[in-house]
Amino acid sequence: MAETIASTLTRKDFQTDQEVRWCPGCGDYAILAAVQGVFPELGIPRERFVVVSGIGCSSRFPYYMNTYGFHSIHGRAPAVATGLKITRPDLEVWIATGDGDALSIGGNHLIHTLRRNVGVKILMFNNRIYGLTKGQYSPTSEVGKKTKSTPFGSIDYPFNALSVAIGAGATFVARSIDVYQKHLKETLRAAASHRGTAFVEIYQNCNIFNDKAFAPMTEKETKEEAVVELVHGQPLVFGKAKDKGIRLAGTELEILRFDDPGGGYSAADCLVWDETRVNPAIAFMIAQMGPPHFPTPIGVLRRVDLPTFEAGVVSQIEREKERKGEGSLEQLLRSGDVWTVHADGSVS
Amino acid sequence: MTLPIVEDASRPAREVAHERLDDVVIRFAGDSGDGMQLAGSQFTNTSALLGNDLATFPDFPAEIRAPQGTLAGVSAFQVRIADFDIHTPGDAPDVLVAMNPAALKVNLRDLKAGGALIVNLDEFDERNLKKAGFAANPLEDGSLDGFQLFKVELTTLTRRALDGSGLDAKAQDRSKNLFALGMAYWLFSRPLEKTVAWLEKKFAARPEIADANVRVLRAGFNYCDITELFHTRYEVEPAKLPAGVYRNITGNTALALGFIAASRKCGLPLFQGAYPITPASDLLHELAMYKSFGVTTFQAEDEIAAVCSAIGASFGGALAITSSSGPGIALKAEGMNLAVMVELPLVVVDVQRGGPSTGLPTKTEQADLLQVMFGRNSESPIPVLAASSPADCFARAVEACRIAVRHMTPVVLLSDGYIANGSEPWRLPEIAELPDFAPEFRTRAEGFLPYERDPVTLARPWAIPGTPGLEHRIGGIEKADGTGNISYDPVNHERMVRLRAEKVARVADEIPDIVVHGEPEGKLLVLGWGSTEGAITGATNVARREGLKVSRAHLHHLNPFPKNLGDVLARFETVLLPEMNLGQLALLLRARYLKNIVSYTKVEGKPFYRFEVLAKIREVAGAAGN
Repeated sequence: MAETIASTLTRKDFQTDQEVRWCPGCGDYAILAAVQGVFPELGIPRERFVVVSGIGCSSRFPYYMNTYGFHSIHGRAPAVATGLKITRPDLEVWIATGDGDALSIGGNHLIHTLRRNVGVKILMFNNRIYGLTKGQYSPTSEVGKKTKSTPFGSIDYPFNALSVAIGAGATFVARSIDVYQKHLKETLRAAASHRGTAFVEIYQNCNIFNDKAFAPMTEKETKEEAVVELVHGQPLVFGKAKDKGIRLAGTELEILRFDDPGGGYSAADCLVWDETRVNPAIAFMIAQMGPPHFPTPIGVLRRVDLPTFEAGVVSQIEREKERKGEGSLEQLLRSGDVWTVHADGSVS
Repeated sequence: MTLPIVEDASRPAREVAHERLDDVVIRFAGDSGDGMQLAGSQFTNTSALLGNDLATFPDFPAEIRAPQGTLAGVSAFQVRIADFDIHTPGDAPDVLVAMNPAALKVNLRDLKAGGALIVNLDEFDERNLKKAGFAANPLEDGSLDGFQLFKVELTTLTRRALDGSGLDAKAQDRSKNLFALGMAYWLFSRPLEKTVAWLEKKFAARPEIADANVRVLRAGFNYCDITELFHTRYEVEPAKLPAGVYRNITGNTALALGFIAASRKCGLPLFQGAYPITPASDLLHELAMYKSFGVTTFQAEDEIAAVCSAIGASFGGALAITSSSGPGIALKAEGMNLAVMVELPLVVVDVQRGGPSTGLPTKTEQADLLQVMFGRNSESPIPVLAASSPADCFARAVEACRIAVRHMTPVVLLSDGYIANGSEPWRLPEIAELPDFAPEFRTRAEGFLPYERDPVTLARPWAIPGTPGLEHRIGGIEKADGTGNISYDPVNHERMVRLRAEKVARVADEIPDIVVHGEPEGKLLVLGWGSTEGAITGATNVARREGLKVSRAHLHHLNPFPKNLGDVLARFETVLLPEMNLGQLALLLRARYLKNIVSYTKVEGKPFYRFEVLAKIREVAGAAGN
């Protein structure tokens, strides 16, 4: 990890003079606030941050961050970021992307970035809708979604972003929610400290085209029943009264009700969360949880330490320099069979 | 020249005539598994070291191993060696080695009348004849009477040479290309040492294979020496090339070396984003070997990621390139346009092949010119260069990088399958003579505007992440002049469109004039671009010897054009333009200079032959009253 400095930076240092142009009430404001809150804490000089994005509402993010920024093209942010990170491992490269950008048009780049374990942080704002193009269904929209492009309801099954990431071999996979400021910032800090690819799905409300998509998880009355927070080393317990838990029974997850007469269950019977499990199977099962039968998991699903792609690239170059010496251009041009034509026309 | 000792030393030397040739074309043709590319390139390397000028043309199918013995599976390697300065791998072979009936069928039409035809008799059985579509055996039906036919039991002789080697028949047969090569070495008086040394090195880990191959090579040579098959040996003296150190080089290797040289001359680490595609992959293979030069090669998940990763690397301050062929360039278009908008240096190599779509992956064409000029949305000016020969690829790579870095722009460098895989001797340049073009990264924070412009080139500053005080945002949305902020202002947009166009137009201030060879004005100018230079040069040389008044000129810069091009075109009554497309450059020239162009086109997936261009010159010159 590159050197850090004692942090003298504040949130203000990461704000730009650009007018923020998201719709009033958009969840993106909360995410921007969280990122601008966490960056100054990381002890990294501002000029070493680069925020790269694709296309979509979320991808306007770099304009509002007073760091280096690159608003690239639809779906390609991971590719741009990969080229930057492997040639400049000293930089902190963050990607802001959305569900359409990352999982539809940019799906290929996303999965390959994850499998390579490039040391970039990917913040995927998931609002389950296309906002910038004014309201078509997205690859995370639920089946039957009625939108301008699907007036009779969408037919295709959605992606589960966490499952995609885990399936692609991501070494850090987490989920948070725009209005969960504290949790979101904790998740961002965890992502920042991960050396490989960190994939963070952030549920984000689009109050114009898909309002209240995550309402059960964000409304005061329902959220504690609708969400289970994964805490490393803690049993999976949820509910307003902390009276429910999740257990692994054979090859299935099941909900335990502690007040179930005759059950006698307690937190001690629940699955103790370990985000560092190398085998991704349980993380995958947890990722699949959600309504109507299960609460939605938030927190870190997977965090395993593997060497990064850029470290491998750099070490190969260093090894070759060591083995062969710094390349000489003269020698390179003369490599292979050469012959000399002399001024008198003779050849040797 | 010392010849290897013939094993049977007691045998009296037989009478063999020696004849000197100034120029000879040999084609090795066989099944794609027969090792014809190897035989051809070994013959080439040995001839290069003898000081011949040479040019090669490998021609192979897209299929890795098409069904054995079929027409689709025929692979060929043509090499021309000469004692003078040549420009093409030759029109018609003087010697054709055909390892099976299919190779004969595909290649016979090119063999010069009266040319030598060496066939592997063992392969001419009923089954193979049928596969090649011969109704009757051409070796027996008199259809080859116009050629000198040499029937050799190549497979049998190879196996006999390897008797007791312990190798099975299949392994033995793999060496039969070396029997053919040995024969060619005898016929053209070449030494075996070079190939022997190469085999010993290549199979160092498997000495029994090295030994078998060397035995077969010698057996082929000795077979010619002992038998009465040939009565004449030919010699080709060294060419009188300018003094210097030479090596034989293909276009793709020359590109790789050019990019490494460029990286050194601008002091930036080289980054290549690429996705495998014929015929550009060798550039990735070559550069991947040179990590000790600080080269990063990134085999991306697709063509789009290849160009986008290069743009990311360029943002970070690397010398970034991406390479592909036409179909891949189509996928890169959006990324190239991003590079136009964010005004970052990037070199996009297009090693053209036959199209459209997948087209002819292993065959050559020059039909991507309009694609790279215009194949992007909106007004998207990009400088375009084209390499004209395998060796020229080196200088063009350096030049493309220089323009990209100095003018802060993506640059397209066109090559094609013909010069990418073809080879010729290359006189090594003096490193010191190559231009230095280290960029000045912006570091001063005071007054920094991401889109302020250099008054001479109109280039914007290159301010790389990590520089304190220069934090800024770039992207594909239209920029406000100067600040680079998002701007939808109509007047600003028009100004930016014109600025980007003018920036590229100003590249012309720093490129050389086009040079006319021959009279600077007159009746007929043959203009070319890219890999047609060899055929055009050869043809105009012959035409001038015939007394025709014809000049020639060759374009390396296709956007912007050299400043004097309009004047040059105006000075000739007729401009003849051979192109391997349906007249793409002709279209551009007519539009730009309102000059009529006689467009001469060929899209067979093969380069122009010299005789074709010559015939056209005679026709046009005749019509022009030349």
